[in-house]
Amino acid sequence: MARGRRALVLGVGGLALALVPPLAAALNQPFYVDLFRRMMIFALAAASLDLILGYGGMVSFGHAAYLGIGAYAVGIPAFHGVDNGFVQWGLAIVASGLAALVIGAISIRTSGVYFIMITLAFAQMLYYLGISLETYGGDNGMRLARRSLFGPVDLTNPAVFYYVVLVILVLCLVVGGHVVDSRFGMVIRAARSNEPRARAIGFSPFRYKLAAFTIAGSMGGLAGALLANQTEYLTPDFMHWTRSGEIMFMVILGGMGTLIGPVVGAIVLLLLEDVLSALTAHWQIVLGPILITVVLFARRGLHGLLAGARPRDG
Amino acid sequence: MAEPLLAIRGLRKRFGGLLATDQVDLNVVEGETYAIIGPNGAGKTTLIGQLAGELRPDAGAIRFAGRDVTRLDAPRRCRLGLARSFQITSIFPDFSALANVALAVQAHAGGSFRFWRPAAGERSLTEPARAVLDSVGLGGRADVLAANLAHGEQRQLEIAMALATKPRLLLLDEPVAGMGLDESQRMVRFLGTLKGHVTIVLVEHDMDAVFTLADRISVMVYGKIIATGTPREVRGNPDVRRAYLGEEVPSPC
Ligand SMILES: Nc1ncnc2c1ncn2[C@@H]1O[C@H](COP(=O)(O)OP(=O)(O)OP(=O)(O)O)[C@@H](O)[C@H]1O
Ligand SMILES: [Mg+2]
Repeated sequence: MARGRRALVLGVGGLALALVPPLAAALNQPFYVDLFRRMMIFALAAASLDLILGYGGMVSFGHAAYLGIGAYAVGIPAFHGVDNGFVQWGLAIVASGLAALVIGAISIRTSGVYFIMITLAFAQMLYYLGISLETYGGDNGMRLARRSLFGPVDLTNPAVFYYVVLVILVLCLVVGGHVVDSRFGMVIRAARSNEPRARAIGFSPFRYKLAAFTIAGSMGGLAGALLANQTEYLTPDFMHWTRSGEIMFMVILGGMGTLIGPVVGAIVLLLLEDVLSALTAHWQIVLGPILITVVLFARRGLHGLLAGARPRDG
Repeated sequence: MAEPLLAIRGLRKRFGGLLATDQVDLNVVEGETYAIIGPNGAGKTTLIGQLAGELRPDAGAIRFAGRDVTRLDAPRRCRLGLARSFQITSIFPDFSALANVALAVQAHAGGSFRFWRPAAGERSLTEPARAVLDSVGLGGRADVLAANLAHGEQRQLEIAMALATKPRLLLLDEPVAGMGLDESQRMVRFLGTLKGHVTIVLVEHDMDAVFTLADRISVMVYGKIIATGTPREVRGNPDVRRAYLGEEVPSPC
């Protein structure tokens, strides 16, 4: 997407999202603050996956692992009485980045279905590790005693927490937008487009892909730290493979390799879940065909539908 | 005599029961255009693949610019100045023609761990890329998506990308394959202008191109070099005529 257009969409979208808390207050529907905050957290997770999936062609089927690591990086210190948000969220970013570095170093040497299976296997390993942590609730997980503390910024205030999440999401999208268009971004996009060619002109894609994988993991971890604060609860289920699938679906639904698309994908998917689950207990039966239809008839996702048939520029 | 730019010694590559490269020895001197010809399946592309670092030889050594590069991978060889083009067009289809070449400029320039500035706005990348596109005759098509270029244009882009890495040695695998007569003549003329500026190893079935461009020719059959010499010597070689039975070798005129 052209730079200017991306900035415009980001500005308008950010502004629209900023209006949710006052609107929810005016309509006396505080629930929507909670719902949209949740959407933005998953939007962050989906956008981080898009960095490697859409731009880097790395089909990571274990992205929920970083979400889980980020959540535990908040929950475990909190359990031991460390409530400082900078410590918790910093730990979330570093720990999930390190995990991505290790997982990436092993998985990026493979490709295709092997890459998918290895990333999935690592995420499942972490899932079972979470279950084995009896101190921290085992497979039941544990309650977060209190939300992360950031001095005067009080996350227990729903609107304040909402705007913190919004600012983080917008910042990450701005940074992500620069990264994918930078020299660094061009290397991973070239490797996705045609790796033998990228090598033949002198790129060694491995370390660039690994760096991208690590950045995406860190961003996923940050989303996890936000999610733990959102739910005030954390369980190994954060890392379950179905969660990874859900995040991947948001990316595909919204449009791979667009950054904004996965944000739309996350919002639409969670909105559909919310609306349909209110209508029927069998909402998943209804959701499935809707999603299949979108994927079949809009190959480039919702973003492609909305943006029209413009070619992706390099 | 000075060391040749490229020196191949005892190169061997086996695919199962097939010896695709059979004890190949070959020297390419700086500045010359060196053609390798031979019937389909002779092992020319396999040889280029080993020179470029994409295929690992089973035995033998490759020296380039005074150092043993046998164990270096393709990206590192390219950064040393050994660039290739592909017989089967290999480009970045979802990037513009300009971006394809700018990528090659960037790969050569290094410094790709930069995360902020948009690469498309870096004139140190786009200006050299534009110059190379102009030189191959694609200047007017810079903003077209590579996938949407005509076949002949994609072949030109293929060469432009290799050139943009500022190679000392250019490995060209059938650069005019599938081109129309006009296009192919233009390409041959263009490659002629490179003579002297860059050393070229040229694999080509088009004998007009070979005899126009080559200073020396080696003939490969079943993985073996059966003859090496000037175009005139090779044309007169009876072994070559036998190997090419039924195929065109222009008689000396
Ligand atoms: N990866 C591979 N695995 C097995 N056999 C291969 C492989 N690559 C090439 N070959 C075989 O090696 C032989 C040489 O192939 P190569 O492509 O090098 O020939 P060529 O001289 O380039 O032919 P052409 O003129 O048709 O391009 C052929 O018999 C081919 O089938
Ligand atoms: Mg060939």
